[in-house]
This record gives sequence, structure tokens and C-alpha cells, in this order.
Amino acid sequence: MSAVAVVLRLARPRRRVPLWGAAAVALLLGSLLLGALVGPAQLGVGAVLRSLVAHAGLPVASHLSATDDAILWQIRLPRVVLGALVGAILATAGASYQGVFRNPLADPYLLGVAAGAGLGATLAVAYAPARELLPPAAFAGGMVAVGLTYLVGRSAGGDRSGTTFVLAGVTVVSFFTALQTFVQQQHSDTLQQVYSWILGSLPSSGWRDVWLLLPYAGFALAALLAHRRLLDVLSLGDEEAASLGVDVGRVRLVVVVAATVGTAGAVAVSGLIGFVGIVVPHALRLVVGPSYRVLLPLSIVVGAAFLVLADVVARTALSPAELPIGVVTAFCGAPFFAVVLRTSRKLTG
Amino acid sequence: MIELERVSVSHGGARVVDSVSFAVERGTWTCLLGPNGAGKSTLLRAIAGLVRASGTIRVDGTPLGVLDRRELARRVAVVPQLPQLPPALTVEEYVLLGRTPYLSYLGSESSHDHAAARRAVERLDLRRFAARRLGALSGGERQRAVLARALAQEAPTLLLDEPTTALDAGRQQDVLELVDELRLESGLTVLSAMHDLTLAGQYAQRLVLLTGGRVAADGGPDEVLTEALVAEHYGASVRIVGGAVIPVRR
Repeated sequence: MSAVAVVLRLARPRRRVPLWGAAAVALLLGSLLLGALVGPAQLGVGAVLRSLVAHAGLPVASHLSATDDAILWQIRLPRVVLGALVGAILATAGASYQGVFRNPLADPYLLGVAAGAGLGATLAVAYAPARELLPPAAFAGGMVAVGLTYLVGRSAGGDRSGTTFVLAGVTVVSFFTALQTFVQQQHSDTLQQVYSWILGSLPSSGWRDVWLLLPYAGFALAALLAHRRLLDVLSLGDEEAASLGVDVGRVRLVVVVAATVGTAGAVAVSGLIGFVGIVVPHALRLVVGPSYRVLLPLSIVVGAAFLVLADVVARTALSPAELPIGVVTAFCGAPFFAVVLRTSRKLTG
Repeated sequence: MIELERVSVSHGGARVVDSVSFAVERGTWTCLLGPNGAGKSTLLRAIAGLVRASGTIRVDGTPLGVLDRRELARRVAVVPQLPQLPPALTVEEYVLLGRTPYLSYLGSESSHDHAAARRAVERLDLRRFAARRLGALSGGERQRAVLARALAQEAPTLLLDEPTTALDAGRQQDVLELVDELRLESGLTVLSAMHDLTLAGQYAQRLVLLTGGRVAADGGPDEVLTEALVAEHYGASVRIVGGAVIPVRR
């Protein structure tokens, strides 16, 4: 029996849920502050805190110079907030996909969002050199791919079983990846740009991307949170959930649409950031158990903190050069993924 | 009370249940018998609204088609043959899921729902297991947890599909005695599918023998559990001694 399994067997973690919730919020606040502090220009903790309070409208004078103030408010904070939003979406979407497909290894890119967004981004880079077109093209590509997955899965009679949709996703991913490679071969000069987008990175483009993502994030997170109890019912299997009065097909559709819209929005602004949707929910399951009532709210908070911290590492590890954040999350995520694989039977049976 | 009138279920062109009619009176226990593939589970699933059936199924006088999914779940609780028990969920959390039919789509449990779940946990002597994970329970405890979840549903009708599969002789009796106590206490109407003919005859007042989706015999234990009927429909040679069905070597 592995150490993780022993913890699973012995832990009676439910009573400590408020404690873990408080710890998660503290972690998020700490990582947001760290994200605002770390960078080439030294701003100082006190000055940053004063500036934050001053901007909140309280009668405190900010000690930051105009330049430093701009660095904090136009460069660092938008990036930190964007990272938090993307992390929250990816972690919550991952947890929801795992619930709705009862597959512990499902991730936010399962149904082809990533492959579709990749194709959209490649087309945008190859045929429309304006950088502004990449996010909408990626979003559109992601939604088209998931729509196709849905149609293929449905035509194969998958309106009841989640597995059919997962297989349909695999089919669509292969097809879109082939298309993307084909387009790339035709435009090898743009390879580098597409490549760096695929690795995932948080842009330092001010608040614009935050405003762009906010409606998708708001819709996705609110809809998924609202379904947290129904995700618990779904863990009993389709037939038992139905015998408890739940319209399984409808719940699955709404959850998948919400998670997909959020993911497509996140992918459009930040590229493909892998493993967040696997690492965060599974780490939380080990600590607070599998119930989605606790898991989804905590995934929002801890997912946000995880990505902000990963971005801090991405910015500092090779400073002044920047590491793609997708590399950082994969670097922590892949070993963890191996552990999850070993214990996944015990986690979900 | 369950009334079935010429109920048929087709599966890929084949009639799995073929024009079955009978009624289960309120507060009684009826048991479906029959060899593998006779249509017992399919008939139970049809009554639970999980497969489409033709003919008329009425639950407490109301036709199934009129009831929406949640209303039906408030009237009929199902214990499936192989319930899926998420191993890391606690007994408490699991039993609370039985309150789902009383909650609106995005609603959450009231104190009344928590109280109902707690009563079910206590009735099945699971209080000291309440915080334990389902994966850490023994087979008998697990089956009690499933019954508690069904009980928390507070439905007047209970459908049991092979409720004693994978239990030893003692745990089988525990479960069946418990169901019978619950039936007597709260006037539950019970319809079960069972393989063990002796146990079926001991607990049910009425046996319905299905073969090939049709009713082959219907009546009290001594009318249905006869050497001739068992030989004809199960292809088994048995002797019936004091209600017990004893296999004899051919």
C-alpha cells in the first residue's frame, strides 16, 4: 500500500474543511502579493501594500513613483489577476470534467478545446499577421472542435455514456492536430510564434486580456459551482443518478458547455497551459476528499494560487529571460500525474 | 402500490419483457423469480423509469408517463444489483445523496433533508460509520449504506435487484430481515428480484415467475415453488422440503 493510500484510508478530513478553506485563501492572497512584488524593479512590500490600499479609495498616500506605480498597476497586477483567472478556470474545469466523465485523468483539453484552439491560432498566425486576431481565432477553433466532438459522440449513440464522448474527443484531436501540422508545414516561417503560443504564457498586455476573459470566467465558474451537488450525484453512475430524479444528459451537457467555454476563453488569452486541471483537483482530493461541494470552490482558489506561483517561477527562474509558464506547470505536473496514475483507482474506483 | 398492465420492453428488436401484468399491493413484498435473462432486472428498471416500456405502469395510482423524474424518485427508491459506491465518499455524504429528489435543480439540502439522512443512518445502525469512507466498509456494511441511501429517499416503494448478491449467508439474512422490518414498520411496498428461491419464498408473500419475459407463474410461495415449475423453467432438479428448495443431483 502506498503512502498516499494510507493517508486516504486514515484521514477523516471533513471536519477540517473550514481550516483548509482558510489556508487556501491565505495561499492565494500570499501568491497574489508575491506576484505583484517579484520582477526586475524592486517595489517593496510596504509600498505595494500602501498603493493597493490607496487605489481601493482609502485615505492612504501611495509612496510609489509614477513609473513604479505604472509598473505595478499596468504590468504586474493585470498579469497576476489574469494568471489567477486562468488558473481558477483550468482547475475547476478539470475537476468538473473528471466528475462528469467519471474519469480521474480527464483534463480541460479532453474534448478537443486545445487542438481546435491550436488550429485556430495557427491559422491566425499564418494568414492574419495581426496579433489581435489570435485570441478570437483560438476561441472559435476550440468551440468548433468541441462542437464536432459532441456531434461525433452523439451520432455514435453517446447521449448516455460519457466514454463515447471521450473517444470522439480523441478522434477530433487527431484530425485537428493533423490539420494544424499541415498548415504549419505550409508556413514554416511562423512556426516559432505558434510554438511559443502552444507552450502557454501569460501576456503582459495590461488589463485588456483580463476584461476579455472576465465574462467567460464569470459564466463558467458560476455555472460549475452551481452544479457541485449534482456532480456528487453523478458519481453514483448514470443509472443511479437517474433513479434519484436527475436528468443526467442535461447536467452533463450544461457542465461540459460551461467548462468548455471557460477553457476556450483561457486558452485564447494564454495558450495551452497543461496539468493545472489535473494537479490541482487531485491534490485537493487527497486533502479534503472527493465531494464536489468542497472540491470545486477550493479548486477555484487553489488553481488561481497555483498558476500565479507558477508564473512567478516562470518569470524568475531564467531571469531576465522568461520561461513559458506551460513548461513550469508541466515540470511540476508530470511527476504528480505519475503519482495520480498510481492511486487513481483508490481515488475514484 | 405498483400496477402493471401488459408491460413490454424491447431491446434491439427483441422483447425482453413481454406483456407482463400484475399488481403489488401496498405494504406487501413481491419477489420476481426466473432464470438468467428472464427479464427481472429489465422489468424493475422499467418501473423505475430507467428504460422505456409500452403498456401501463402505475405507481400509487398514477401512470408513470405523468410523473416527472423527480416525482417518480420520491415514490420509488431503487437498490441496484451492483451499486456504484465512490470509495472515498463518506457514508454520511453518500446517504445524503438520497435526498436528491426533494431538491430543486440547483438547490441544496435543508435541515429537514439532513435530519432525514440522519434518521436513515441511525435506523440502519450506521452511526459509528457515518464519517467512514465507503471503500473502508465490509460487504454487509456497504449494503446497509445502500439501503440507508434508499431509505433517506423516503419513497413508499422499494425496488431491490438481487439485494444479496456477493453477501455471505449471514449477511444475506441480515439484509432481508432488515428490509422486512422496514416494510412492517413503515408500510413499504417491496418488489425484489432474487435468485435464491428458498429465501424468496421465506420473505415474499407473493412470487412472480418470469421466463422469456412472460409471467409463467404467479402466486404464493407454495403455488410457485413446486418441483415441476422449477424443473420446467430453471432446468434444475430440486426437491421442496418445508418451503426450502434443495437441489438434487441428476
